[in-house]
Amino acid sequence: MYASTQSIALPDVAPEVRQHLFEYVLQLADTSLILAHRLSEWCGHGPILEQDLAMANISLDLLGEARSYYQYAAELEGRGRTEDDLAYLRSAVEYRNPLLVEQPNGDFAQTIVRQFLYDCFHYHLLLQLQASPDRHLAGIAEKSVKEAAYHIKWSAEWIIRLGDGTDESRRRVEAAIASLWRYSGELTTPTPTEQALQAAGFLPDYAAIQQQADTQVARVFEEATLTVPQGVFMQKGGKTGRHSEHLGYLLTELQYMQRAYPGMKW
Amino acid sequence: METLELTQEEQFQARIDEDIRIEPKDWMPEAYRKTLIRQISQHAHSELVGMLPEGNWITRAPSLKRKSILLAKVQDEAGHGLYLYSAAETLGASRDQMLADLHSGKAKYSSIFNYPTLSWADMGTIGWLVDGAAILNQVPLCRTSYGPYARAMVRVCKEESFHQRQGFEIMQTLCEGAPEQKAMAQEALNRWWWPTLMMFGPKDADSPNTEQSMKWRIKRFTNDELRQKFVDMMVPQAEFLGLTVPDDKLQWNEAKQGYDFGDVDWAEFWDVVKGNGPCSRERLQARTDAWEQGAWVREAALAHAAKRKQRAEAA
Repeated sequence: MYASTQSIALPDVAPEVRQHLFEYVLQLADTSLILAHRLSEWCGHGPILEQDLAMANISLDLLGEARSYYQYAAELEGRGRTEDDLAYLRSAVEYRNPLLVEQPNGDFAQTIVRQFLYDCFHYHLLLQLQASPDRHLAGIAEKSVKEAAYHIKWSAEWIIRLGDGTDESRRRVEAAIASLWRYSGELTTPTPTEQALQAAGFLPDYAAIQQQADTQVARVFEEATLTVPQGVFMQKGGKTGRHSEHLGYLLTELQYMQRAYPGMKW
Repeated sequence: METLELTQEEQFQARIDEDIRIEPKDWMPEAYRKTLIRQISQHAHSELVGMLPEGNWITRAPSLKRKSILLAKVQDEAGHGLYLYSAAETLGASRDQMLADLHSGKAKYSSIFNYPTLSWADMGTIGWLVDGAAILNQVPLCRTSYGPYARAMVRVCKEESFHQRQGFEIMQTLCEGAPEQKAMAQEALNRWWWPTLMMFGPKDADSPNTEQSMKWRIKRFTNDELRQKFVDMMVPQAEFLGLTVPDDKLQWNEAKQGYDFGDVDWAEFWDVVKGNGPCSRERLQARTDAWEQGAWVREAALAHAAKRKQRAEAA
């Protein structure tokens, strides 16, 4: 029924490691998809035509990355599910994206802060994942890291423009940081699945990634004349399926066609 | 002076008649400049407003592949808008002014985008029919007399033909799918067929600018000629898909080697042109909202650039 079309062999590992890998790759896929979906909501409504294009571009990169992960996750699972089954037929509690990426777009400052905090993590994670013994995952990271380098450049430039722009842009970007910072900690707080993969040598240590991300945030905030928040309580739960109320609505829209017309080809 | 003007104009027309491109620094009659600004900016606005009806389905596309193709397509439209605004800027129009005219309702855009997208099949129909009509309108413009416009159109047309293929492919998938899917395709065709025929503009007899525009080669076929070409091209495609074109007067005419077809509801056409289309208010509101809500972002970018410049000069 299900034949692998990929040229790289699946990692030769114990079944429980393979299960962890499946769950983790799915988490990466969900994360990229949900953020891509949020960015795509801007399409046609951006503040400047050039930025409309930039957001669609980043959204397309993330969508492409999500598809690579979903396809690989489907292979790891080996039960004949497709990328679309995984994206369109799982409920909110089965989704594994961190809380940050499902937060609504808000104004442009909220979108930029959400993007920048994610980019700082994403970019440094991908740099490390390129060295993963899972060659398939490493291959996706290698391709995606080039795109992520552009994303972080774009969002950092906007953090600087908004922070060091007008009084209004500064007020808005500060408000966005105040509302979104509490979701940044989850990115580098490993779940049991991530811990198991770290122990098995498939995932890098998150402390190092956190440090690199923190350094980058501090440098960009300084140039933007913004203050890095201290001692904020960090929310978490998305990566283990405990989401904010926003995700249900997002999935209702995302999954509408597949739910309304089950089992059809599009 | 009178004689000199006439000579300039004659020389200008001679260049056009020889298919030599007019470039931004060349002398051109004021009416040519104005007509081109109107035509190119209308086209740019159509790309911009045209992002909305399809954008309406990006978040609901039925598969990851379709979502990705649709988003890329709408992004292309934003890109076309950029090329075209730039082409109009070479004639001395500013993007801000052109946008202000769009927002105030002074400038027009293609009426087709004032219709709602109600089902996924509308994404197929827009690609297949609306982009098909756009291609017929636009391919001749790759040879239009004004250089920057012609060059912009070459890029636009390359991407449009890809758009049309993906639209046809959506329709084909629907027509080969479940009965609900085929019904969805037929229902979409029923809604879009006549508005698409309206995209070619009023009948030749009611199109006062056509003659001058043809003389200047900023238009190369009349509205009715293009409408006929479109029907002749699309009817066999609809037949191939197993769909019925919603026109009971449609009939092959052996003598003219083309189809005879029913008359467009011109009252509806003029209603939509005057701003009374089913989504006219919503489309314009969406554009105005994006512009007004983005004002602080544009101001911040300018303020930051000014600060940078000041610091560089002080250093």
